[in-house]
Amino acid sequence: MKAFYTHVGRYCIMIGHAFARTDRLSVLRKQVMFEIDKIGVQSLGIVALLSLFMGAVVTLQTAVNIDSAWIPRYTIGFTVRQTMILEFSPTIISLILAGKVGSNIASEIGTMRVTEQIDALDIMGVNSAGYLILPKIIGAVMIFPFLVLISMFLGIAAGAVIGEAAGVITYNDYEYGIQFDFRPYHVPYALTKSLFFAFIITSVSSYCGYFTKGGALEVGRSSTQAVVYSIVLIMTTNYVLTQLLLL
Amino acid sequence: MISVSNISKTFGDLPVLQDVSVELHPGKVNFIIGRSGCGKSVMTKCMVGLLETEHGKIEYDGRNFTTMNRTQRREVQKEIGMLFQGGALFDSMTVEQNVQFPLMMFSNMNVDEARDRVNFCLKRVELTNKNHLYPAEISGGMKKRVGIARAIALNPRYLFCDEPNSGLDPQTSIVIDNLIREITYEYNTTTIVVSHDMNSVIEIGDRINFLNQGRLWWSGDRADILRTDNKELNDFVFASGFMREIRENLRK
Repeated sequence: MKAFYTHVGRYCIMIGHAFARTDRLSVLRKQVMFEIDKIGVQSLGIVALLSLFMGAVVTLQTAVNIDSAWIPRYTIGFTVRQTMILEFSPTIISLILAGKVGSNIASEIGTMRVTEQIDALDIMGVNSAGYLILPKIIGAVMIFPFLVLISMFLGIAAGAVIGEAAGVITYNDYEYGIQFDFRPYHVPYALTKSLFFAFIITSVSSYCGYFTKGGALEVGRSSTQAVVYSIVLIMTTNYVLTQLLLL
Repeated sequence: MISVSNISKTFGDLPVLQDVSVELHPGKVNFIIGRSGCGKSVMTKCMVGLLETEHGKIEYDGRNFTTMNRTQRREVQKEIGMLFQGGALFDSMTVEQNVQFPLMMFSNMNVDEARDRVNFCLKRVELTNKNHLYPAEISGGMKKRVGIARAIALNPRYLFCDEPNSGLDPQTSIVIDNLIREITYEYNTTTIVVSHDMNSVIEIGDRINFLNQGRLWWSGDRADILRTDNKELNDFVFASGFMREIRENLRK
């Protein structure tokens, strides 16, 4: 339990330092743009691929499970829309990015720690947490909602194409399904979740990397920890946010 | 001048530094030598603020570093240049960007002025036409030289060098040693070199401080080393028969 509180305390102090003081705004701006590209733009491929397959699979699975003639076919479109918007796009995509982005951040910062690059920053008088961590948090928080929106669109679109191609639903039924009982509030709810998840992934992974001690083995361990902690926190936060925002 | 007074540091129950006091003078190459694990690196880390001491004080030209807050320390740290054992160059940046980094963060130079300064520093360490290479693409000796160039980019008042010759061949070591000496004399920096390379100590050491078992065991200059009867220092410096033979010949 003591170790838990130590981690929480150190994490809070690190975040405090990251937001405390910016050495140069022009440098921060440049770093944020760099991180948006690295975290967001370079993740577009995997996000698109996963979203397309998730939409397609949900379409087929829903079709297979609708046995009753009492359940209309447009339920497929409705189900795909709801699952993509409420859960798959914000949460599953964030879990995937926790693996891709989180491990990358932890290993990058961890390597900088064990090769004394962070010490070099500190000795120069640079706020190392602010220079390394803050741009990642800002960049991720800015770009994650766009990734989630793209994922929603691609997932739902893939469902339409696959549904028609497999002969389980027509475009018209699917279109009716995705418009049926649509609650616009679900979109900002999902985007709000993605903001929290972006913060969790970048800050927790940065924490794991920033306090790495040792060598290559420990960098690998930090990277794994970053992914595991991020996933656990994402799922916990997902529950709490759903309770707070949807009920 | 850097004045270290009665500093102590323990890790758990293990005392690493015990009541160490030393004065490090400007315009001189001040060596801190000692066996592995004697506390050299810990002492350096305490001096630059990477570790906190438990007792004592560290003063940079009369400014008490130990009682400063984070912001005040940063101002002192901007006057410190440090050459790390492994170079500690930023992997994602080219040689030019590495040297430019402190200028970009703390100076008001425009792009052209910063580039001129970078080229001057790289020329000073005899490293030209390597500006666009990444640290992974240059040799160990070159990395050290880039590290020196980065350390002197902002004209530091204090230059710390942690094992500057580790992993280098003898000829490259001499190049690095000479650079450190020249920069110290040229800019009147207070230079602190942590090393156990006796060639360097004898070659460029103006003031030598020997740490043993976490305590300052001996201080003196190059000539004093040859004359001292301090057993621990003699055991450390003249560990090999070859070195003992050299000492006897010099004494004669």
